[in-house]
Amino acid sequence: MSIKVAYWPGCVSRGFTPELHGSMAAIAPLLDIELVELDRAACSGAGVIQEHNQELADSLNARTFALAQQVDSATCMMNICSTCQGAQSESQERLDANSDYRDHVNETISREHGLRYRKGLDNKNFLWLLVEEIGLDELRSRVKRPLAGLKVGPFYGCYIVRPADRLGIDEERPRDRYLHQVIEALGGSVIDYAGVYKCCGFPIITMNREVSLQQAGRHLGDAIDADADCLVVPCPLCHLNLDLQQPLAERVIGRDLGMPVLHLPQLVGLALGLEPKELGMSRHVVRPTSVIDWSTAVVGASAP
Amino acid sequence: MAEFTLRLRRYLPESGEAAYWQDYTVELEPHRSVLEGILQVRAEQDGTVGIRCSCRAAICGSCGVRINDRAALACHTHLSAAAAGAKDGVIKVEPMGNMPVIKDLITDFEAVHWKKVRRVTPWLLPDGPPPEREYIVAHEAMVDVTQPMACIQCGACVSDCLSMEVDPEFIGPAALAKAYRFVGDPRDGQHFERLQDLAEDPHGIYDCTHCFNCIEACPKGVAPMSQIMRLRRLATADFQIDDRNNGKRHEQAFTELIEKYGTLFEAELLPRSYGGKFHPRALPELLRSLPAILKAVMRGKVTAMKALHHPKLPDQKRVREIFETVEGREQRYDLNLYISGYDDDADDDVPADAKAGDAKAEASA
Repeated sequence: MSIKVAYWPGCVSRGFTPELHGSMAAIAPLLDIELVELDRAACSGAGVIQEHNQELADSLNARTFALAQQVDSATCMMNICSTCQGAQSESQERLDANSDYRDHVNETISREHGLRYRKGLDNKNFLWLLVEEIGLDELRSRVKRPLAGLKVGPFYGCYIVRPADRLGIDEERPRDRYLHQVIEALGGSVIDYAGVYKCCGFPIITMNREVSLQQAGRHLGDAIDADADCLVVPCPLCHLNLDLQQPLAERVIGRDLGMPVLHLPQLVGLALGLEPKELGMSRHVVRPTSVIDWSTAVVGASAP
Repeated sequence: MAEFTLRLRRYLPESGEAAYWQDYTVELEPHRSVLEGILQVRAEQDGTVGIRCSCRAAICGSCGVRINDRAALACHTHLSAAAAGAKDGVIKVEPMGNMPVIKDLITDFEAVHWKKVRRVTPWLLPDGPPPEREYIVAHEAMVDVTQPMACIQCGACVSDCLSMEVDPEFIGPAALAKAYRFVGDPRDGQHFERLQDLAEDPHGIYDCTHCFNCIEACPKGVAPMSQIMRLRRLATADFQIDDRNNGKRHEQAFTELIEKYGTLFEAELLPRSYGGKFHPRALPELLRSLPAILKAVMRGKVTAMKALHHPKLPDQKRVREIFETVEGREQRYDLNLYISGYDDDADDDVPADAKAGDAKAEASA
C-alpha cells in the first residue's frame, strides 16, 4: 500500500545539499511513498524570519500548510529538514492554539484564491514517517543489504527533539529514539557518543564562526573517539556544518577529523540496496570512504 | 513504598582526588522527590553528601542538579519519573554543567551565574527625575515581561546551554532573559543602550545557537531562548542596531531574499550577511570560507549556475503580498502563548478523529 504525502523538501535540500533531495527521490519508490511536491510553498523561516517578525513567519507557514491541505487524500505533510520541522511546528503551535490568531493569519493568506489553513495538520519529518506510517517491521522487511558491521552515530540536532511537548514526543511516540531505532532496523550498530542531542552550531556560523565550528568539531571528534564509521543526520543544515564546514572545523579545534556524515535517506537507501553514488555520496565534502568500503565489502562477501 | 537506587557524583576539589560515582538505595513513596531521596541518604546513610536546598517546593531555586543528563530541580522531580527515565533504572544525579563544582552536587553560582546576571545591569535605569509618587504603568505594558519575571534563578538553563559549553564567555540564557525583563519594561529609559551593548558584545545575543535546551531545562516556563529572540527582534527591527557580529545583516539578508525569491538563495546569503560582496568586512570573511566553497564546487554541490541564478517561486507575487501586508502593519503582532494561553476546546474545522492531514478527513467524509 502506498503512502501519499504533501512533500516539503525545504530550500537547502535543493540548494547546497542537492544529494538530500536526490536521495529522497531515489528511495521514495522503494518505500512506496508518493511525493507530491509543494512547489509553490515558501521558506519556513528557519527561525530567522521568526526572529525578524513572528507573524510573518507564521503567515508564510500557514500558507504552506493550506497548500498541503489541498493535496487530495494525502496521509500527511512531510519534510526532510529538521529546521523546517521545528520552525513549522512552532508556527503551527500558535495557529492551532488560538482561533483568533488563526483567523487573523488566514485573512492575510486568503487573498490567494481563498486559501485557508484549518487547524490540526499532521506535519512529519521523514524520520517520523518512517517509524509511524511505514513502521519498523515493514522497513526491516524491505532491507536488501543490512548495514551489518556499520557503526552509525545518530545526530538528531535540535529542532526535531526540542521542545518535546511541541514536537509531540512522549512515551507512546519516543521520537527522540527514532534514529536509534531506524539504524537498528536497517541492521546497523548504534554508536552512543556525547553529541547525539547537541547542536551543530550552524545558526551562528555568520555571527560567531569560532563558536559555531567548535561545536561541530567537538561532536565530530566525540563520534570518532566512540569509534563511529559515520554519522547520520535528519537535517541538511546540520550536514552543512558537520560536512561542508568540517575542514574548517578541523582547523578551529586543531584536530584531524574525516568523519563521513550521511543524510537519513542516504542511510536508508544503502540498506535498500542502492549504491553510494546513486545516493549522491560523491557530493559530500568528506568522502564517505568508510561507508563505501563497507558497501563494496558487503557486495564482495555476498557474491557467489 | 518502593526501592530506588540513586547514583550520586561525588567530588571534593580540595581533596585532590578525582570525582567518582557512589550508589545509594532508598525506600520511599514513588511520588516523593529526588531531593527527598538525597536528603534521606544524607540523614541515614552518609552525612558527607553535599547538596544545596531550601524550600523543597520549586520556589527558591536552590536544588538545581542534573538528573539523568538533564538539568532539573531535585525537589520538582518525582522519584518514579526519574527512575522511568533512567538507564537500567538507576537514577543518575550530578552537579549542573557549565559551572565549577564546590562539593558533590553543589555548584559555584558566583563564578558563573551571578557574574553573568550582573553583566546585564539587572536593575531599572529610568530617565529623568523620579515621579513624586510611584511610577504608573499600564497593565498591558507589564504583562509582556511576566514570563522572564517568573525566573527563580535556579541556573538550570545555564547548566544545559550548548553555546556556553564551548564559549564560557557567552552571557547565557538566564542573564539574557533578565535583560529582556528590563528592555521590555516601559519604566526603563535605556532600552537602546542595553540592546546596543548586548548586540555588539561578541558573546551577547548573537551567540545563541537556537538549540532550545534552555527552554527544555527551565522548570518555570521562562523560555529564555524566546526572550533572546525578542531582544534580537527589538535590536534589529525596532532600533536598527547595525552590530559588528552581522546579526542584523544576516537577519535582513535572509528576510529580503525570501521576499524576493520565496526560497533561500544560499549563494547570496553568505556575502549579504557580511554586508554585501563589496562591504569591507565581507572580503576577509569570504576568504576564510573559500576552502569550504571551493570544495563544494569541486564536489558538484554548488554549480556556477546555482551560484549566480536562483529561480523565483511560480507565484512569488503571493508571497510578496504576505510580506507587504504583515510588514505594513503599524504594530507587530507577537502572540505569546505563555500569556494568551491555549484554546481549551477542540473547536472548529476538523473533526476530532481526523488527526492526520485534512485531505484525509475530506476523503473519508
